[in-house]
Amino acid sequence: MKNILATSRRLGRSPSLGRFAVVAFAAAAVVLPFLFPAGSPFIDDCVLALAYIVMALGLNIIVGYAGLLDLGYVAFFAIGAYTIGWLGSGFFFGANGGGGIHLFVSEPLTSAPGIHLTFPAILVFAVVFTVVAGMAIGLPTLRLRGDYIAIVTLAFGEIIGRLAINGDEVNVGRVWDRTAGALPLVPGIGDEARLTAGRRGITPVDRIDLPGLPRFGALDLRPWYFTILALVGVAIFVNWRLRDSRHGRAWIALREDEVAAASMGIPLVRTKLLAYGVGAAFGGVSGAFLGSYLNTVNADQFQFQFSIFILAMVVLGGLGSAKGVIVGAIALAFLNSFLIPDVINTLPDRLGFDFDFTRVSFGIFGFLLVIMMVLRPEGLLPERRRQLELRGIADSEVMPPESEPQPARGRDALEPEPAGSGT
Amino acid sequence: MSAPAATLQTRDVTKRFGGLVAVDRVSIGVPERAIASIIGPNGAGKTTLFDLLTGLHRPSSGSVAYRGREITRARPDQILASGMARTFQNIRLFPTLTALENVLIGRHARLKATLGGSILRPPWVVKEERTARARSRELLEYVGIARRHVDRSVTSLSYGDKRRVEIARALASDPRLLLLDEPTAGMNPSESHTLTTLMRTLRDELELTIVLIEHDMKVVMGVSDQVTVLDHGVKIAEGTPEHVRTDPKVIEAYLGFDHHRPEPVESR
Repeated sequence: MKNILATSRRLGRSPSLGRFAVVAFAAAAVVLPFLFPAGSPFIDDCVLALAYIVMALGLNIIVGYAGLLDLGYVAFFAIGAYTIGWLGSGFFFGANGGGGIHLFVSEPLTSAPGIHLTFPAILVFAVVFTVVAGMAIGLPTLRLRGDYIAIVTLAFGEIIGRLAINGDEVNVGRVWDRTAGALPLVPGIGDEARLTAGRRGITPVDRIDLPGLPRFGALDLRPWYFTILALVGVAIFVNWRLRDSRHGRAWIALREDEVAAASMGIPLVRTKLLAYGVGAAFGGVSGAFLGSYLNTVNADQFQFQFSIFILAMVVLGGLGSAKGVIVGAIALAFLNSFLIPDVINTLPDRLGFDFDFTRVSFGIFGFLLVIMMVLRPEGLLPERRRQLELRGIADSEVMPPESEPQPARGRDALEPEPAGSGT
Repeated sequence: MSAPAATLQTRDVTKRFGGLVAVDRVSIGVPERAIASIIGPNGAGKTTLFDLLTGLHRPSSGSVAYRGREITRARPDQILASGMARTFQNIRLFPTLTALENVLIGRHARLKATLGGSILRPPWVVKEERTARARSRELLEYVGIARRHVDRSVTSLSYGDKRRVEIARALASDPRLLLLDEPTAGMNPSESHTLTTLMRTLRDELELTIVLIEHDMKVVMGVSDQVTVLDHGVKIAEGTPEHVRTDPKVIEAYLGFDHHRPEPVESR
């Protein structure tokens, strides 16, 4: 308790005010969907925004905490989405000899062909797959720094994207082996099983079906909203707890000075892989949710721009600051799904230009980022530490001022410094 | 061989960078609870030797053993965990963190919280964290950081205080051996005197072995049990301060001419 108070005081804010803001924000998030019709497009925008927040908070661990610039985050979205595409749809229609595999799913699905697992189980698989993928992308970047990490991760995102597009040609049910003839690669999912459905997309995807609740529907968006809100809660909790922990400190040390960090006992390989793994897991969780919510897992969803979209949220809000990242994600999500298409889209047309704003939305994001970098490089709600670094915020704002002699400024201040204790 | 029971022992350790031999077949033995200094002109390979000892560089040949265990190819974090901690010539604190957080990072290797533990914070993790913070505050006080500086960004500290925080950070890992790379560089005489006293205190109270790279001869001669002189990567002398001070090779390395010549340059 004392610690919390001390931390808040260090932040230079009133602790009760800060806590009040958090509680008010959380309460507003819970009440919000009841102020709109159950199927309102506004709630739809909110659900997407919340899904982006989960991803942005995951990327925040990789880029904000550990300082590993990841330009291929879309890969984890893709892997999470394909997890539900594989394990929560009729995509592998040949599974179990056409009888299907089912785990804790309710009525219409219990006899459907394909693999149908309950959503929590799919989340577990999504986490496992993305953590493995995150570490796989981590391995080649271990000896790299800065921009080179960005290039490798960018390539990784592109590889996964290409794999998604061309995966409909990849037969995972059976591979050809010259000596033994046909060999099953993944046994039990049918001879015709493909890796992905390419641009056609895997559809329909099972709607979330939680034990004890009715199956989520397309008309009532509130259950979707509360599910992803709960996942946001988990992501916030993990970000917040890790920041001031042994692991969070290790990531920050790594970000600031790799050599000093290693010499202070931080195992570089393990620490970096952990950051990739934890960050990737949230991409997977959010991806699995979106696969179900959007009812399709489509290769066109996994484009490079998406990585930049999420990264822009993190940078805009403030690298390493969970609060900032949430604000950044909400701002960009609504800019993308509401402000640009619904509000300002026809502006150029009315001014006599022949284009609309949805086609240049990334230009708008880029413009915003440039403005941010000029006016407020530390982000909207920066982390205290970064604020110190970028702004050199005076310590008087962090700690009460003290009576140490300041370096002489005016003519009046030209007094001799107190002599050091002689020896 | 100087002392039989050397806790840190290098054997013919060599480091080549391309054609340059930065450290050339150096064998040094540091006895337990000694203060050993490594001196030499700029570019003699002192810091490179430290990097070899702490695993930041791998030796091209030769070996390093610490407490009887071979650590030649160990990683920096493994070497730290085995009980050797260091400071840097050009202070390498983590600039956006507070003094306390810097020291906590030094404690990393001794903390056991797993990822799940860090997220869920069961009682034992809370306790571990609280103990680590208390211990870090103690260490900062021990090396002489005023309490009001503990929660401030390290960038705002004075030069001497930064050096002290770095020592506290190294001490946070509970080392048995401390490697200090020019700890008094840039300090005024009174500050370096305080630091010399601190080194002795560390040796006597915490029972540490200290290896020191130092240019200030007053510090070296005052505090060392053993002095090793490097020049162009080669060990040219080793022994007690008195012995080294009078060694003709050392004088030549530092002053660049033969001191036996009766009169140096007199004319203008």
